[in-house]
Amino acid sequence: MDKQERQYLEEKAKEIRKLSLRSFAAIGKGHVGGAMSISDLLSVLYFKHANIRPEEPRWPDRDRIVLSKGHAGPALYAALALRGYFPEEECLTLNQPGTNLPSHCDMNKTIGVDMTAGSLAQGFSAAVGMALACRLDKRDNYVYAIIGDGESQEGQIWEAGMYAANQKLANLIAFCDNNGMQIDGTTAEINCVEPIADKWRAFRWNVIECDGHDVESIDAAIVAAKQEKERPTMIIMKTIKGKGAVFCEGTVASHSTNVTKELLDQALAALA
Amino acid sequence: MTFEKDAKEMRAVYAEGLIALAEKDDRIVVCEADLMNANGTKSFQKAFPERTFDVGVAEANMIGVAAGLAAAGKIPFANSFTAFATRRCLDQITISCAYTKLPVKIGGTDPGICAQLNGGTHMSLEDVALMRAIPNMVVFEAVDATQLAQAIPQIAYNDSPTYIRIMRTQAEKIYGPDYKFQLGKADVLKDGSDVVIFATGIMVVRALKAAVALQEDGIDAAVVNVHTVKPLDTETVLKYAAKCNAVVTAENHSIIGALGSAVAETLSENRPTIMRRVGVKDRFGEVGMLNYLEKALHLTVEDIAAAAREAVAAKK
Repeated sequence: MDKQERQYLEEKAKEIRKLSLRSFAAIGKGHVGGAMSISDLLSVLYFKHANIRPEEPRWPDRDRIVLSKGHAGPALYAALALRGYFPEEECLTLNQPGTNLPSHCDMNKTIGVDMTAGSLAQGFSAAVGMALACRLDKRDNYVYAIIGDGESQEGQIWEAGMYAANQKLANLIAFCDNNGMQIDGTTAEINCVEPIADKWRAFRWNVIECDGHDVESIDAAIVAAKQEKERPTMIIMKTIKGKGAVFCEGTVASHSTNVTKELLDQALAALA
Repeated sequence: MTFEKDAKEMRAVYAEGLIALAEKDDRIVVCEADLMNANGTKSFQKAFPERTFDVGVAEANMIGVAAGLAAAGKIPFANSFTAFATRRCLDQITISCAYTKLPVKIGGTDPGICAQLNGGTHMSLEDVALMRAIPNMVVFEAVDATQLAQAIPQIAYNDSPTYIRIMRTQAEKIYGPDYKFQLGKADVLKDGSDVVIFATGIMVVRALKAAVALQEDGIDAAVVNVHTVKPLDTETVLKYAAKCNAVVTAENHSIIGALGSAVAETLSENRPTIMRRVGVKDRFGEVGMLNYLEKALHLTVEDIAAAAREAVAAKK
């Protein structure tokens, strides 16, 4: 990755963080932690890898992006707005009465959202179904799925994972946001999901580990995943929950937290 | 009164219906969770191996995969025994299929006492209630081969997530060659003026037999097959309630939450009518053959006739 592209993707990640933080502040609170931890990935997907058409959101040959950890929706909305699906200012309607942007992703409300998610692990199964359908239709697109490490405590993740490997779904590239935290504490203390990489290898996936806050590292992982022709790929992204929201970065409490005007200003200043 | 059995098992009719559709429409796909032999869909797999997705023993994932297939333009039929097709993956159906308004079709086989020797764990007496409570769901129970064959294309193209309740074995023949099925429109099988019996599934034959028994008592019973419990054909329900002033419901299901409840809700709000519900009275099932279970769980012809006599007597 050249310096210019790195700067561009880093800038987009920063914009995603800023816009989603503004959307949280507009309603006063939200799922900050998990939105911040996938912002760099969303930048690399939406501003480099994803073959999508904002002017034709339901283009049948598009890449699908399924945010199975649906509570990180506000980061996805920011990425969609910045990519031109809808005006950036619409992000400030997050969770307001009648909004098209609810806490958890809703494919029937938000232009550009490929699958509803919120009840954890269900999006991951749907991504597997989409990958099967795309292969059946002989499309050469990719289905990208984003899951969380806490979400990986759901049995359905492993049901879907086992089947995707059995079906040799090389058109499925998944990301595990490995921030090590969940609502009630760290994943290590609540119900340890480690060693995640070994688990996915045991489930016969192509496994790639990367730094989830380094756009070049994420990009390299996706490029490598696209070389794989036999297996689905799980990219395990080491991340920090709340990354970039200085008032809650690296804390369990960042999962769902108040965002006052003061905290927003503090975070925006640090991101500037 | 005897009924001729259908030539084919219901599961064979189901699979053949799906194959016929799939030949014309490449969007038709089948999802299964290790019950292809039981559900009769092996023949579909033979015809369309690439359009058959047997996910193994994982019903939640089956429903999720079906939702993903639907989101990418397919019309999936996802099948299992009624218990596992519904309550085992209730949240997946609710969120991934119904909340999303994706046209996933869920086939549940061996409803209620049809589970027979699989016993209490496999005996779903609450599946219709669960499906009916979910917004956007259509809930249909097939009664014989003629009806099921006509229902499949209507269900495939109704754009709604739909629950299809089907017995696996040969049904008793209710409908003749002139039958015209319409999803959502109840079928009046026998007219009558003293009491109306609204019945679904295997209870339809029993209701028709009960009507014959009632005739000997001088009671003129109407019998209506309410094959679509949701959306309910309220027009026919209210029309026959007004005509007969006494209502009986008969279902191979708990009396809580399904046909009996749907009819009671409609009548209570529009035309309070004397009513009796035949169904399983808030208890679990058990192991046994059909002729034992129908007696143990009070789903016999005589149970229906007795309920009808009670309803008629209560009018006076």
